[in-house]
Amino acid sequence: MNREIAVVAFAQTDHRRTSEELSEVEMLMPVLHEVLAQTGLKTADIDFTCSGSSDYLAGRAFSFTLALDGVGAWPPISESHVEMDGAWALYEAWTKLLTGDADTALVYSYGKSSPGPLRDVLTRQLDPYYVAPLWPDSVALAALQAQALIDAGDTDEPALAAVAARSRTDATANSHAQLAGSVPQGEYVVRPLRTGDCPPIGDGAAAVILAAGERARGLCDRPAWIRGIDHRIEAHSLGVRDLTDSPSTRLAAERAGAFERPVDTAELHAPFTSQEIVLRKALKLDDGVRVNPSGGALGANPVMAAGLIRIGEAAARVHRGESDRALAHATSGPCLQQNLVAVLEGDPR
Amino acid sequence: MSKEPVAVVGIGQTKHVAARRDVSIAGLVREAARSALDDAELTWADIDAVVIGKAPDFFEGVMMPELYLADALGAVGKPMLRVHTAGSVGGSTALVAANLVAARVHGTVLTLAFEKQSESNAMWGLSLPIPFQQPLLAGAGGFFAPHVRAYMRRSGAPDTVGSLVAYKDRRNALKNPYAHLHEHDITLEKVQASPMLWDPIRYSETCPSSDGACAMILTDRAGAARAPRPPAWMLGGAMRSEPTLFAGKDAVSPQAGKDCAADVYRQAGIADPRRDIDAAEIYVPFSWYEPMWLENLGFAAEGEGWKLTEAGVTELDGDLPVNMSGGVLSTNPIGASGMIRFAEAALQVRGQAGEHQVERARRVLGHAYGGGSQFFSMWLVGAEPPTS
Repeated sequence: MNREIAVVAFAQTDHRRTSEELSEVEMLMPVLHEVLAQTGLKTADIDFTCSGSSDYLAGRAFSFTLALDGVGAWPPISESHVEMDGAWALYEAWTKLLTGDADTALVYSYGKSSPGPLRDVLTRQLDPYYVAPLWPDSVALAALQAQALIDAGDTDEPALAAVAARSRTDATANSHAQLAGSVPQGEYVVRPLRTGDCPPIGDGAAAVILAAGERARGLCDRPAWIRGIDHRIEAHSLGVRDLTDSPSTRLAAERAGAFERPVDTAELHAPFTSQEIVLRKALKLDDGVRVNPSGGALGANPVMAAGLIRIGEAAARVHRGESDRALAHATSGPCLQQNLVAVLEGDPR
Repeated sequence: MSKEPVAVVGIGQTKHVAARRDVSIAGLVREAARSALDDAELTWADIDAVVIGKAPDFFEGVMMPELYLADALGAVGKPMLRVHTAGSVGGSTALVAANLVAARVHGTVLTLAFEKQSESNAMWGLSLPIPFQQPLLAGAGGFFAPHVRAYMRRSGAPDTVGSLVAYKDRRNALKNPYAHLHEHDITLEKVQASPMLWDPIRYSETCPSSDGACAMILTDRAGAARAPRPPAWMLGGAMRSEPTLFAGKDAVSPQAGKDCAADVYRQAGIADPRRDIDAAEIYVPFSWYEPMWLENLGFAAEGEGWKLTEAGVTELDGDLPVNMSGGVLSTNPIGASGMIRFAEAALQVRGQAGEHQVERARRVLGHAYGGGSQFFSMWLVGAEPPTS
């Protein structure tokens, strides 16, 4: 595992509440063109392609097969797909580059939440025999976690409101964000979570290009080297988990080398304000770390792309020289069940 | 940088049937995983990561079922990846798992693929049309039948070849205790007399809908040295994709399939597949795909694949046995079907295939495809470790 691999380019859509005038392919195409243009690469120059998405958002089996048409897979390409957030597609691409079978990889993901009621759709992720039939929705489950945190004395409602305010203020500097600026905390959606504690529901796509070694240096002035990346899953049942903690995030961070030296930036995939509290604790982030300068998932949370966007945003800060060592995090499943952590570094300046 | 060699040291599958009403989805996958661990004489604690695959989530009505299945597969506290590449997914899943070992990210990986088709109806799971887009025409058979017709026209194959494949595969399935269809009274005449479903594909030339799971334990050189039974070594593996529909596509013999096979052969040092490969488990959901894929995979020249089938070359005792296990025609838990091909190839080179074992099977191909013949995944496994 001595091969150096870096994120060399990142692009994303403007995230919107609805994109009903666009198919998934049409939503994705400009992002693919943009990320390739950043490096000057063409589809035929890419050694491996991997995507992340979920059929359930489109309401249609095999929806990803059509997205492939947007890539222009001709002549045929070496390609794979995870039915997960694109952050895990990036992980698969990273392992492919590590084997030496590929020097460049295109990773993309997308999600349109607008075709269906997202809170209902996400209930279908749950244990199909005992839990899903009760239709507990994603906000209700996050509220259980938030209340557990408040009961444990880890946070309170004003502190959650402060997370929301900081995120949406930061999102004003992010032209892609869906929800930015002075957003009122609003009424309770599910107590103790108010409107402001919850992410916007939206459509969006993102793409990243990875490259190995000297190839990365040739494609990017300041590559964001992936120093470590790891992901871990926890038990599904909420009844057997301590919702105030995230041992899987801590373990992934440890394996990714996040604790070896301090990071200056952290892009956390925390769709709910309360989840930032959990992640900050698990990742041992102090106030000196710039958390979610992009506005995070509270600014835009296109399901299946939001995790990849965290890696992209962290990498872009390294590219721009705004960060030397950044942490990126992605999550999947109810109440932070599955978590991925990547550590990105720029060459010394 | 050299890759770590990848060995298959454990294989498990469930008895495949139309409906496993005695187990949940979690129970089904755990049964296959447990069986693979037993074969490798390992415990859950020996597994570093889990890679799971299946075909569309709509088949069981569970979105991203890996979340729910984490506990059942002993994945808590471990990395868990979920692969989905349509019908090729079982093969792709194994290759993603193999890459984790080859890249030296993990030492020992559990990979598993499943489908519990009885939880819903695959026909409807595949029939969710959206505007301005061609739906699959009355299930997969409706989509593939015109391509079979095109093959028959191009190759001049007599219309008896499809029934020979079905008759062979169903007889092979009788020797495989895990196969779904065990038609003890099968005759060639019965296949030929079965109803026409999608002309020219007859009922007995189609795959069943199965519940089932398949699991493998993949490990590195050190893990292989500790294995209690002979390992199967991965000599080459590749995936290729091309678009679903476009004017330049050859639906009879897709370029992605040819390129994928060529990559595998290059990695494995195969100069002439017909000579250098001893047997093959090929993804044949409709009988005519045996001769079609024989050509696509380079076992026969273009237009000649049906001659191998007709001459009995692909019979269990033939010169190039194909689908010794009974194949997809006898067992089709869709998401697992590709992995079963990969696992059966490994069983053969390990000499563990029981009644459907081919003698002197030293190098065997596992093959899967999916979508509108657009996704391909293959591996070649051998009894000896790779030399390079």
